[in-house]
Amino acid sequence: MNYIFYILIVFSVIFGVINGKTQEVVNAILDGADVSVKIALSLIGIMAFWLGIMRIAEKAGLVQWLAKLIKPVTKWIFNDVPPENEAIGNVALSVSANALGLTNAATPIGLKVMKELQEINSNDKETASDAMCMFLAMNTAGFQIIPATVIAVLVAVGSKNPTEIIMPTLIVTSIAFVSAIIIAKIFQKFWKNKLISPSEKGVNND
Amino acid sequence: MINILSLYALPFIIVLILTIGIVKKVPIYEEFTEGAKDGFSVAINIIPYLVAIIVGISMFRASGAMDSIATFLTPLLTKFTIPVDSIPIMITRSLSGSATLGLFTEIAHKLGPDAYATKLCAVIVGSSETTFYVLSVYFGSIGIKKFRYALLVGLLADFIGIVAAVLVCSWIFL
Repeated sequence: MNYIFYILIVFSVIFGVINGKTQEVVNAILDGADVSVKIALSLIGIMAFWLGIMRIAEKAGLVQWLAKLIKPVTKWIFNDVPPENEAIGNVALSVSANALGLTNAATPIGLKVMKELQEINSNDKETASDAMCMFLAMNTAGFQIIPATVIAVLVAVGSKNPTEIIMPTLIVTSIAFVSAIIIAKIFQKFWKNKLISPSEKGVNND
Repeated sequence: MINILSLYALPFIIVLILTIGIVKKVPIYEEFTEGAKDGFSVAINIIPYLVAIIVGISMFRASGAMDSIATFLTPLLTKFTIPVDSIPIMITRSLSGSATLGLFTEIAHKLGPDAYATKLCAVIVGSSETTFYVLSVYFGSIGIKKFRYALLVGLLADFIGIVAAVLVCSWIFL
């Protein structure tokens, strides 16, 4: 992340000078900082709402039930998380919320998953665990059944058949989703052998 | 029709959770407020991470670097039946959600809903997430600073998604 941060900013300045856009680059610092805080603040209310709802779901045993239901799949995907941990149930909820295009619900639930995974993180608390990388691989691949925003744009420009993109989108999103999981699995093995990571403490014999 | 599903899913899930809670004698009001307490701290915790990533990407966008990359890649990509107009979206997709949506709206307006480039962009935008944003928010919320291979996996999956979008779209729409 250190290099990426450095490259982003240094390249921006260099390209800004080349393209004669230095003023825009400077303005972007202020705009970007401003937008970041606005995004965070706008999250507070909806975060609180979904964390409240999720707490009820947990106390009612719904999350645990869901975790048990998907255990056959998650046992393989999240081999470093106890299969009946609440995080697993919440992973299922988060992926479903994303799939249905419920972004407002997906982010709070996803952040809750991260918090639960952090509690069982065997690395130091500043280093991502394999389970976190796997969960984020699933998330960044963005599995979606209904691309609602895209359809809305197509409707706005007068598309007669905006739903025709659902089928190809579904195929592509599935391919990306499955590849993300497989790639994360491969990295999980490779990264462990390459670096002497603190996760060696809990030796896995899979 | 399919939009109806996404419209009703949310209220349905909320009612379902509350009902099961009541049936199981969970004190739903107390538990709700107890859970909701964390909303503020989570949102505030992600600010430093968001500032780092969003400022970086805003500067990158403003510098015109993406246009330069797009111009550089155009001769190569047009060989694979990829329309010139869809190239900026492929580069922006992993970096910025709002920029991607803005570009997509622009393309849809300029070329109309029936253009191949519009459909290809629609599939690319609809099938993926903004990798950089997701990573910074999710890791930021719990203070993770070393991402290990997460970014690499996200970007590889994005790349596979774009390749798949090009193949599937040229098969269905061309």
